[in-house]
Amino acid sequence: MFESLSERLEGIFTRLRGRGRLDEADVDEALREIRVALLEADVNFQVVRGLITRIRERTVGAELSKSLSPSQQVIKAVHEELIGVLGGEPLRVTYASKPPTVVLLAGLQGAGKTTAAAKLGRWFRQQGRNPLLVGADLQRPAAVVQLRVLGSQAGVPVFSETTDPVAVSVAGKAEAERTGRDVLIIDTAGRLTVDHELMGEVRRISESTSPHYTFLVIDAMIGQESVTTAEAFHAALALDGVILTKLDGDARGGAALSVKEVVGRPVAFASTGEKLDDFDTFHPDRMASRILGMGDVLTLIEKAEQTYDEEVAAKAAAALQEGRFTLEDFLEQMQQIKKMGPLQSIVGMLPGIPKEIKNAKIDERELTRVEAIIHSMTPEERRDPSLINGSRRLRIANGSGSTTSEVNLLLKQFREMQRMMQAMGLSAKISNKKAKKAKRGRVTPAGLGPQRRR
Amino acid sequence: MEVVVVIVVVAVALAFVVLTAVAVRSRRGVDLEPPAPGVAVDSRDRAVADQVQADVARQVEEAFQTALPEDATSPVEVAPGEVVEAQPVPDLRVLPEPEAPAPPEAPPRPSFRQRMGRARSLLSGYVGSVLSRTSIDEEAFDEIEEALIRADVGVATAQTLLDSLRQRVKAESLGTPEELVAALKAQLKEDLSEGDHALHLEAGATNVWLFVGVNGVGKTTSIGKVALRHVSEGQQVVMAAADTFRAAAAEQLELWARRVGADLVRGAEGGDPGSVVFDAVQRAASRGADLVLADTAGRLHTKVNLMEELKKVRRVAEREPGRVTEVLLVLDATTGQNGLTQAREFTGAVGVTGVVLTKLDGTAKGGIVLAIQHDLGLPVKLVGVGEAAEDLVDFDPDEFVEALFD
Repeated sequence: MFESLSERLEGIFTRLRGRGRLDEADVDEALREIRVALLEADVNFQVVRGLITRIRERTVGAELSKSLSPSQQVIKAVHEELIGVLGGEPLRVTYASKPPTVVLLAGLQGAGKTTAAAKLGRWFRQQGRNPLLVGADLQRPAAVVQLRVLGSQAGVPVFSETTDPVAVSVAGKAEAERTGRDVLIIDTAGRLTVDHELMGEVRRISESTSPHYTFLVIDAMIGQESVTTAEAFHAALALDGVILTKLDGDARGGAALSVKEVVGRPVAFASTGEKLDDFDTFHPDRMASRILGMGDVLTLIEKAEQTYDEEVAAKAAAALQEGRFTLEDFLEQMQQIKKMGPLQSIVGMLPGIPKEIKNAKIDERELTRVEAIIHSMTPEERRDPSLINGSRRLRIANGSGSTTSEVNLLLKQFREMQRMMQAMGLSAKISNKKAKKAKRGRVTPAGLGPQRRR
Repeated sequence: MEVVVVIVVVAVALAFVVLTAVAVRSRRGVDLEPPAPGVAVDSRDRAVADQVQADVARQVEEAFQTALPEDATSPVEVAPGEVVEAQPVPDLRVLPEPEAPAPPEAPPRPSFRQRMGRARSLLSGYVGSVLSRTSIDEEAFDEIEEALIRADVGVATAQTLLDSLRQRVKAESLGTPEELVAALKAQLKEDLSEGDHALHLEAGATNVWLFVGVNGVGKTTSIGKVALRHVSEGQQVVMAAADTFRAAAAEQLELWARRVGADLVRGAEGGDPGSVVFDAVQRAASRGADLVLADTAGRLHTKVNLMEELKKVRRVAEREPGRVTEVLLVLDATTGQNGLTQAREFTGAVGVTGVVLTKLDGTAKGGIVLAIQHDLGLPVKLVGVGEAAEDLVDFDPDEFVEALFD
């Protein structure tokens, strides 16, 4: 989308060259495209209207920049505007001086509250806390069973009883105090905002447990309803933030923007996969890139920092720059990357990867095959693939359950890659300079880098 | 610098792996029967593989050229406030080409209309402002567009609908806002009436209805409600708890089975969903039951492995004596534009025959079904209008549209 957006804008602005200012007609044409892009990303209609008005104000009559093309300039304005809405500090959890710190989760049916509760429990545990989960969804059949199963996977105890949701929550809090649990996470039933009875119930839960944090759990795929939903829950509960779930799909998640704009609460946590660990605090400003359809380099870097083994990375970096990157290094790197999560999502975060690759369905099992082939080589062969002759090739193929042609293909691709890496090893050295010069005509996940600089 | 280098390495290795995967896969598409080890590869296969590889390699290389500076702009290196990167922008225009017909959502039966009260008044509020105009002008069309977009119809579909509405205004020389709204309704009804809205049961066969969709849309609940309908009509129903992934999904379905008096076949948590469906078909056949309702785990359509698993479940369900007569995509009415992608991907994988639109009793409009019907020809078959078991009703385009504009 971003690609196509920027391309269209280029088209609109080509005739502008040589003029000094953006005039209203030019900008309006561009804004129509931007409006469509935002609506397609499920940003709420009214929010889009407000954004477009503000973007018009800051672009009409603006002097044309010398270093940016007009379309870049407009996109930069759009991006900055989105970041302006989304930005601000990510939520930092502070703990109650008198435990437990109570966290209340609420939302529509099927948003992912129960799963989010368990993931949040695990997250608190990883922060060195002792959470207790409370199953207050007594409505959906087996919701409490689900929470118990997930809780045991997350290593977090679950409290529930078959009284009523308010009583369970209150009893849960007492239980946490009694057993010295310092964080209490209350999972509530899904409810419609028009259901006054159930909205009243969740409000009573809130009043009787005085939560320190109230999160609205919202599905990244939600459409125009995001605003109605957030407003209603905010009115009933005074939200502190949003937990955005199912972000591992391909929805653009315009809801994050809509909710922030309308109720002023950011996405605090995001859930990005089916595993309990696929959950973390969220940097709302990065959502701007996704809504506009751009890669998310910062998340990639952060993931790499978390999961990458420093030494392995340093070794690989050296090997890379000296042009002696072997299959062994490659295998190691591949394993590191696998730790970072599904390849598809990593590729999704890389900027500038052609659509053909980004949209290609990546089958993780292919990685296993490649691994198997490399594992079937001797260390010598991995260091020097030229050793591999016909009989070795057959042995490798047999050992890995593949075919000699697959082994050949892999070796060929590896040679190709070595060539590319050498080129990159060189350019990495000069990347610093290059980065500042490389404006080659396109804007950016821009604003992101600078923003995050400390 | 360290971080930068690592990222570069990541990018390289990554792209390489991608390229390997892509090349190998497309190559596999060519030689379905891999040659025995050691046997020379068919040169045609090799040519294809080489071609793919060369293409991908070129793309990756190009990507590096542009991606690299980007990588280098990791937090460490960028001068504040500067726009630094190069973004490759290969091609493609993706912005919507106006297409499909129209808008909002809503269900049928009278009970439904009552429940729809709030949503209806919201939407008729927009259309109401059209009605208060004195003539048909551009702003009237803008207001209709707004109403459609607010219902999650999507920009492209809304524009297509407006285009045909404009033509109609001209052709039929409509002059008043009332006529305009009437024309819109007629258009919507027409669009929504297309396709086959019936649920199919083949007499004498062991019918399997497969319920698919992303997480949290209401598959399990919908099955419970469908089961109730059929059991109360005197049919024997077997439920297959083939969602073996979500914790307690089988328990949830079991409670429904007990409530409605259906048979349930379940497997171990984390077990093979295909074998659950297989067992359910066998059980149904041996008891002479007409209908197997198969629940499946919610899955995002972007997960290749899970979509493959779903294809397998379908294949297993087709095994004699099973006959898959419906594959129902369950869609939450709050779903936005991603719903169209979901419908496309699930249809591509398992041949969806219709949509079950759930959670229409809130303020959500579910307008995305219009885009789905238009782009993919997938009709809505059932709508969920409330929590009670009898609140899953047949879709009725007339009532649906009337409910929006009453």
